[in-house]
Amino acid sequence: MKYLDEYRDGEQAQQLAREIHRITTRPWSIMEVCGGQTHAIVKFGIDELLPKAITLIHGPGCPVCVTPLEMIDKALEIAARPNVIFTSFGDMLRVPGSTTDLLAVKAKGGDVRIVYSPLDAVKLAEQSPAKEIVFFGVGFETTAPATAMAVYQAAQKGLTNFSMLISHVLVPPAIEALMSSPNCKVQGFLAAGHVCTVMGYEEYPPLAAKYHVPIVVTGFEPLDILQGVMMVVQQLESGRAGVENQYTRSVRREGNQPAQELIRKVFKVVSRKWRGVGEIPESGLGLNDVYVAFDAEKKFGLADHHVDEPAECLSGLVLQGQIKPHECPAFGTKCTPEHPLGATMVSSEGACAAYYRYRRLPAAAGK
Amino acid sequence: MLPVSDFSLNCPVPISQYPHVLMAHGGGGKLMHQLIGKMFLTAFRNPLLETQHDSTVVELTGRKLAFTTDSYVVRPIFFPGGDIGSMAVHGTVNDLAMSGARPLYLSSAFIIEEGLPMETLWRVVCSMRDAAQRCGVQIITGDTKVVDKGKGDGLFINTAGIGIIAHEQKIAPQNVRPGDVVLVSGDLGRHGMAIMAVREGLEFESRIESDSAPVHDVVQALMKAGIEIHCLRDLTRGGLASALNEIAEASGVRLEVVEKSVPVREDVHAACEMLGLDPLHVACEGRFVAFVAANDAERALSILRGSVTGAGAAVIGKVTDNSGPLVTLKSAIGVGRILDMPSGEQLPRIC
Repeated sequence: MKYLDEYRDGEQAQQLAREIHRITTRPWSIMEVCGGQTHAIVKFGIDELLPKAITLIHGPGCPVCVTPLEMIDKALEIAARPNVIFTSFGDMLRVPGSTTDLLAVKAKGGDVRIVYSPLDAVKLAEQSPAKEIVFFGVGFETTAPATAMAVYQAAQKGLTNFSMLISHVLVPPAIEALMSSPNCKVQGFLAAGHVCTVMGYEEYPPLAAKYHVPIVVTGFEPLDILQGVMMVVQQLESGRAGVENQYTRSVRREGNQPAQELIRKVFKVVSRKWRGVGEIPESGLGLNDVYVAFDAEKKFGLADHHVDEPAECLSGLVLQGQIKPHECPAFGTKCTPEHPLGATMVSSEGACAAYYRYRRLPAAAGK
Repeated sequence: MLPVSDFSLNCPVPISQYPHVLMAHGGGGKLMHQLIGKMFLTAFRNPLLETQHDSTVVELTGRKLAFTTDSYVVRPIFFPGGDIGSMAVHGTVNDLAMSGARPLYLSSAFIIEEGLPMETLWRVVCSMRDAAQRCGVQIITGDTKVVDKGKGDGLFINTAGIGIIAHEQKIAPQNVRPGDVVLVSGDLGRHGMAIMAVREGLEFESRIESDSAPVHDVVQALMKAGIEIHCLRDLTRGGLASALNEIAEASGVRLEVVEKSVPVREDVHAACEMLGLDPLHVACEGRFVAFVAANDAERALSILRGSVTGAGAAVIGKVTDNSGPLVTLKSAIGVGRILDMPSGEQLPRIC
């Protein structure tokens, strides 16, 4: 398929891998921020092509995985109410809350529906004026403009039966939180190409300078990721720590300005809890005062509902890149995609799920 | 800001057992297999059921028959390339064909929701009649039930089928062995993407049509040519990945599939990429996977390619050894990884 197959070419992948082998002289730890990149790395076996000296650390960039338990419980609470149609991206349905998940709420009669776009939820609100339509707005800067557009359109149309449970998070504050940790092993970053398509990468040079880490904006196909790794290694080997753009076919320095404008129009920056990480200041988006009527937490009286995360699994360490998924004792035994202990095993972008699906037997991975 | 080491590092209590049936329990993936294993196989246990093939072979007064049943709940009931009626015939005919049987008779049970337009029902019935004629089978018994408005979704159909087996080959997952070559009978994923395109209102340059079709003729052609067939499996819910994992599980073998050799049409591939689906997990309704002896692989391929639906047929891999059950895939960039069964439902109510 055009624009896809050429980025999955086996021969070119081998060439890039040979070049990375040639320039690597010592061990380096590089974090791919985005869950989509983690998935591609494990699905295509990209890390198998790299020198042993290079460790890829899987970052916290899967929105499903970092959505806090508290928010899942709020979603479950709203979805179980009569007269509500609760809409969500499909991945959120299997994420366990404190006692249950959205799939089970649906099986017991809750009206839970998968949508591919928040605008479909707005359409549903127009078609069902007697129902309350709630959309579960999760994700990074990539999905924020679509969520913002849905709120904006609902306001334009004067819909009063539409609201959003918002759990949007931002990448740069998460990178900052990771880098400020004393346990941080990350020496370079592959920044998430789709996030930067929206936001550009002007936020990154100060981070690269402050922590002296190279950051390369990287795409999602095998050749993108290999080239991104090569560009990070080139910087590391030569002692540089700058921001570079591998994903030039999609990302401009200033990003997509109309999308950013829409985000600013509808949202404000707020503190957010991240599952497995904790609260990070100014790391999320919430509806601003103009659009507060669309805030489902307020509409359904759940704003003061707080839940602590119980001690069960190690997904927090996985999200921070401190352990690999298969180093968790529950991996593949107590914790599988059918019965996940943590969100990293639930989402198709989660590091544990990617390892489980593609790699539960090391022998099978061609090692 | 708190240092990361002070953060809470925990996640929630697992849901180990669902107290209610989920849509995913009918999705063709692991949850469905769990349900079948824990409930139906346990309760009804007998050697014939335990073969877990698409249809079961029984011997009656010296004649071998294949017997199967399948229910159809597809939404919408009319879709590009087919409808619930033709599918209810093709699906059951194909399940019989997977034992190498020549399909003869079908039953047809209708569960109709109050309020369904008669004209809709008639269109479905005519489509079933035409499909049965084309397949050379007769619908010889049936049942009609009507449920209250709101308690069904238009129309559900169940068909059961009987076919006759006139060969001595044992065609079942347990007969797969190292060295076998794995073929698919045509390009994959069209049915699933045709349904998704309609449901999600996706428009592509050309309309994707379902691959719903009978495959018993091409199976008979393989048998007639004396191809040593060890196993056949209809590729429906869960797609190729589910079928291969089921067979690996039943036979204990290890399979190796080469991703590049798996035939997927460009429009289907594009639609899958857009929706984040893996074509290897997407349902077909007129395709099967065949495990044949290595010596016969070339001839089998040319017979498949010569059939009406087989233009895209291909050799996709082989059985490497008995160290399974395991299915591995050589990725586009040449690295091996596991090809797993999808977990729950990918596309609900697709057949």
